[in-house]
Amino acid sequence: MSKERKMTITLPREELMSSGHLACQGCGATLAMRYALKALGQKTILCIPACCWSVIDGPFPHSSLDVPIYHCAFETAASSASGVRAGLDMVGDKETTVMAWAGDGGTFDIGIQALSGAAERNEDFIYACYDNEAYMNTGIQRSSATPLGAWTTTTPVKHYKKERKKDIIGIMAAHDIPYIATASIAYPEDMIKKFKKAKDIHGTRFIHIYAPCPTGWKSRPDDTVKLARLAVQTGYFPLYEIEEGEKRTLNLRIKERKPITDYLKLQGRFRHLKQDEIDLIQAEVDNNYQKILKKCGL
Amino acid sequence: MSKKKDDKRIIFVSETEMPPVAMSLGSMLYNKTGAWRNIKPVIDLSRCLKCGICWKFCPDTSIDIVEEWPQINYDFCKGCGICAEECPEKCIVMVEEEK
Repeated sequence: MSKERKMTITLPREELMSSGHLACQGCGATLAMRYALKALGQKTILCIPACCWSVIDGPFPHSSLDVPIYHCAFETAASSASGVRAGLDMVGDKETTVMAWAGDGGTFDIGIQALSGAAERNEDFIYACYDNEAYMNTGIQRSSATPLGAWTTTTPVKHYKKERKKDIIGIMAAHDIPYIATASIAYPEDMIKKFKKAKDIHGTRFIHIYAPCPTGWKSRPDDTVKLARLAVQTGYFPLYEIEEGEKRTLNLRIKERKPITDYLKLQGRFRHLKQDEIDLIQAEVDNNYQKILKKCGL
Repeated sequence: MSKKKDDKRIIFVSETEMPPVAMSLGSMLYNKTGAWRNIKPVIDLSRCLKCGICWKFCPDTSIDIVEEWPQINYDFCKGCGICAEECPEKCIVMVEEEK
């Protein structure tokens, strides 16, 4: 019966990421890069600080991406991208997009002063942060993006993380930059739409991508996309965008949010949590979701 | 620039022959990551809906679309199982790899 059916492809066919890269099985970050490059096209220059992607890409002179990559120091993703942009402007190249592509460590902790400085100067580049909620590349150390209650190698089970995740979108919104968005690898159409939108805007654009990491989260590799989807459906990671510093849009409104336990129980890093701690996380998620709804005027 | 090329892998004879700019030169296609897996996905094409979801969510870009049908490239598939998990018709099954 399916012989006559036409293939339905909802993403651009152009593939700028080749097979053979060095990511773990079921890596969320590779999917994020694949979708981002599908949206931005070949006229893109990447600035990648130390993060998983500096390894995934492969050893010099090999590369799994068909775009030029500038590997920079850990704290300099945003300042390197500013420099590359300035260089392109000098030679009169207006059409090439510059994208800084950093993990959560290089954005939330180490790279935040360069990012804040670039956002204050309103430098013309896209800053994409793929968030896997710890320093996965160096061996799963806690970062300020690690959520409450999570296990990492530096916050072991007895001393699991007691602090909340940093509100990076709030920080970037306070810089009043032209475009801020959150995206999830489980919703590639939405993500590609956001990257295409960001490409046409000038000024600093910040995109926060949620990219599960099976190695660091102690989850099954086949659950990567499911986890990213559950994070949105439980309200843990809502998809929204902020334009011109004030116009906030919630891209996907979840009418009946799933309980946070659906999301937590798939991950080994939350296995030690007791019921009262799960209730605390649920209350936290509810509170954050209501805040975002209120800000979006819903 | 004298460089050898064997099976898409570029080897520079000495360090001085490397280009002085940061750029991507060769592809990683010499690295056959298929050796990493111990379970492999198999598609039952008679039940395939041609939705393209397996192609969409493959982190290794190892599912190609050949004449509107999905086809798995076993040279690079790492066996993560996302395609089998996400397939709406559940027509992809993961089977044990045999020697």
